[in-house]
Amino acid sequence: MSSVRRSAIFVAAFAVVACSSLPGSGGPGMTAKSSTGIPLGKTEPHPVQPLADKPRFGKPISEADVAAWNIDIRTPDGAGLPAGRGSVAQGKELYTAKCAACHGADAKGGAVYGTMVGGIGSFKGSPRVLTPGSMYPYAPILFDYIRRSMPMDRPQTLTNDEVYALSAYLLNLNGLVPADAVMDAQSMPKVQMPNRDGFLIDDRPDTQATRCMANCK
Amino acid sequence: MANTGRRNFLRNTAALTGALAGGASAAPLPVPQTNREPGRIIDETAYGMPSKYEAHVKRRRTDVFKNRQNLSDWSMTPLQHQPGIITPNGLIYERHHAGTPDIDPRTHKLVIHGLVKQPLEFSMEDLHRYPSVSRFYFMECSGNGLTDWLKPASTTVQQTHGLLSGALWTGVLVSTLLEEAGIDPKAKWALLEGADASAHTRSVPMEKMLDDTMIVYAMNGEALRPENGYPVRAFLPGWEGNISVKWLRRIKLGEQPWHFRSETARYTDPMPDGKWRQFSMVMETKSVITNPSGGMKLKGPGFYEITGLAWSGSGKVRAVDVSVDGGKTWREAKLEEPIMDKCLTRFKAAWNWDGQPAVLMSRALDSNGYVQPTVQDIQKKRAIVGFVQHHNAIQPWAVNNNGEVRNVIGQA
Repeated sequence: MSSVRRSAIFVAAFAVVACSSLPGSGGPGMTAKSSTGIPLGKTEPHPVQPLADKPRFGKPISEADVAAWNIDIRTPDGAGLPAGRGSVAQGKELYTAKCAACHGADAKGGAVYGTMVGGIGSFKGSPRVLTPGSMYPYAPILFDYIRRSMPMDRPQTLTNDEVYALSAYLLNLNGLVPADAVMDAQSMPKVQMPNRDGFLIDDRPDTQATRCMANCK
Repeated sequence: MANTGRRNFLRNTAALTGALAGGASAAPLPVPQTNREPGRIIDETAYGMPSKYEAHVKRRRTDVFKNRQNLSDWSMTPLQHQPGIITPNGLIYERHHAGTPDIDPRTHKLVIHGLVKQPLEFSMEDLHRYPSVSRFYFMECSGNGLTDWLKPASTTVQQTHGLLSGALWTGVLVSTLLEEAGIDPKAKWALLEGADASAHTRSVPMEKMLDDTMIVYAMNGEALRPENGYPVRAFLPGWEGNISVKWLRRIKLGEQPWHFRSETARYTDPMPDGKWRQFSMVMETKSVITNPSGGMKLKGPGFYEITGLAWSGSGKVRAVDVSVDGGKTWREAKLEEPIMDKCLTRFKAAWNWDGQPAVLMSRALDSNGYVQPTVQDIQKKRAIVGFVQHHNAIQPWAVNNNGEVRNVIGQA
C-alpha cells in the first residue's frame, strides 16, 4: 500500500469519527433526539475501522419467504391484521378452555395472573389497575400480543380466527364492545380505547438535582 | 460479609496484631497442608468453575416480589461480590418473558426486511464473517429497583440494584447489515423480535439503530449464554435492557413505531396526571455503593474503603460524590480507570468509621452535567405508584452503632 493511499484511508477514518452523522461513529455531535422526537442519549466517539471493500454475506430473500414470521401488527391503525374473524361468544368458549387456568374465570384473575378486566378510570389514584381495557391505547395490541405469546404453554398455536375471538371476548368483558361484537381487520382498529391519549413521549431529564457539597440539608 | 469487607478486616487485624505484639506472632504459622500434597491434575478438557468456597456468589431470583410463576421472571447479579466493572457470564442478570430457549446456531436465522431495498437472511456463520466490534457497556433492566422507592423492601444491593451487569460485548454493528439490505429513506423505526416463546418485540428509532446498536453473539470472550440470548441478540448501549432483544430472529424497518404491549402497557412510567411516559429508553445516570451495603456488618471502627459502581446511558461518568452523613456533606470519590462510554465505572473513597451511626450515599454526575437525583427529586415529577420503572435515585445505606448496614431508601 502506498503512503498516499494509507493517508487517504487515515483521513477517511478520521472523518468518520469527527462527523457523527455516519453510522456507527457516534460522537459529540450526536443529536439528542430522533427525527420522531425520541430521546437518544449522548454517544461518545468509538473508533470505527473503515471498510475498504464492504463484505456482503446476506442471502437475498423475498417478503413471501418471511410470511410465517411476519406477525407484527402496527397497532394504532391495525396494519398487518390478517384475514379472519371471531365473536365474543366464540372467545368465551376458547378462553375457558385455554386461558382460564392461569387468568381465572371471566379474566378476573387466577392462579398465576391478576385481573384483565376493569381499572378504567383508576389512573388518577392508587393503585392503578392495569388491564388491557384500562391500559392498551389501541385494541390491535390484543391481537398482536395474544398471537405472538399466548397461551404461555403453547404460543403461536392459535388460528387467526381464535385470536380475533379471544380479543373480542376480552374487549367485551371490559365493556368496550357489545356482546354480539365480531372482531376482524376492519372492526378492531375502530374500537375506542379509553387510554388512547394516555401517553406522552419521554421528556426527561425531568429532575433538576444540583451538586451541593456542604450544608445540603 | 462480602469479600472486600473481609479482606479489609483481615488487613486491619494483621496490622493491629503486629503493633500490639511488637512483631512477635502469638502462635507460629503451621505449614499449610496444600504445601504437602499435590493438587488436582489438569483435566483433559474442562470448563473452569469458581472455587467451592465461592459457592455463595450466585444470581438470585427476587425474593422481595412474590412471583407466582418462573417463566416470565428475573434473576439478579450479586454486585456486593463483584470487584471491578465486569460481571462474569454466569452472574449476568437474567430477565425473560417466557423462559430460556435452547437454540441451535446451525439452524438459527436472522432476517432483515420491511422498508429495505433487498430483504436479507443471515445464518450465524454469515454473521461471524463480518468484521467484528468489541465494546464494554453496562446493561440495566428498566425495572432495576422497582421494589424500593418510598420505603425499603430489599436487604442487599443484589436485591436493590442487581438488574445491572457490565460486560465486553462482541458482534457486528447493525448499521453494517442494514446498509447491505439498503435502507429505504422512508424508514424511521425498526422492529426487533426474538425467537423465544414470548416472541418479545420492541420498536427502535432508526437513529439509535445506526448510532451504536450491535448484533451481539459473544460476551466477555465467549459465546452468549443461553439465558442472555444465545446465539445472537440485539444490544442497544445505554438503553433499558428490555429493548436489547435476545434470541434475535427479525429486524423489520417501518415508518412508524408499532406501539407493542411491551412499549405501552409495560415499561412506561406513571405520571401524576394519570398519564404514562412512553419511549423512555435511555437509562439515566446512576450510582450505588456496593461495599459496605445492605446486610453487611462492619467489624468495628477504623478504615474502610467505600466503593461502588456508577454508570450513564448518555455518555460517560464524570464524577461521583460520597456522603457519610446522609447527604449533608459530600466529597468527591476517586474514579478508577478505565472510564468508558455507557459503561460501569468503579469509584472508591477512603472512610475512617468512628463507630457512630452513619448514612452512606453516592451521587453520580455524567458528561452532560446531569446530577443523579434523590427519590424526593423524582417524586416531584413522577407518580410513584405500583411497580415504577427507571429508578435512578440515590441509594442510602444506614450504619448503626453495631456496624450493621441496612437499606433506608425513602427514609434518609
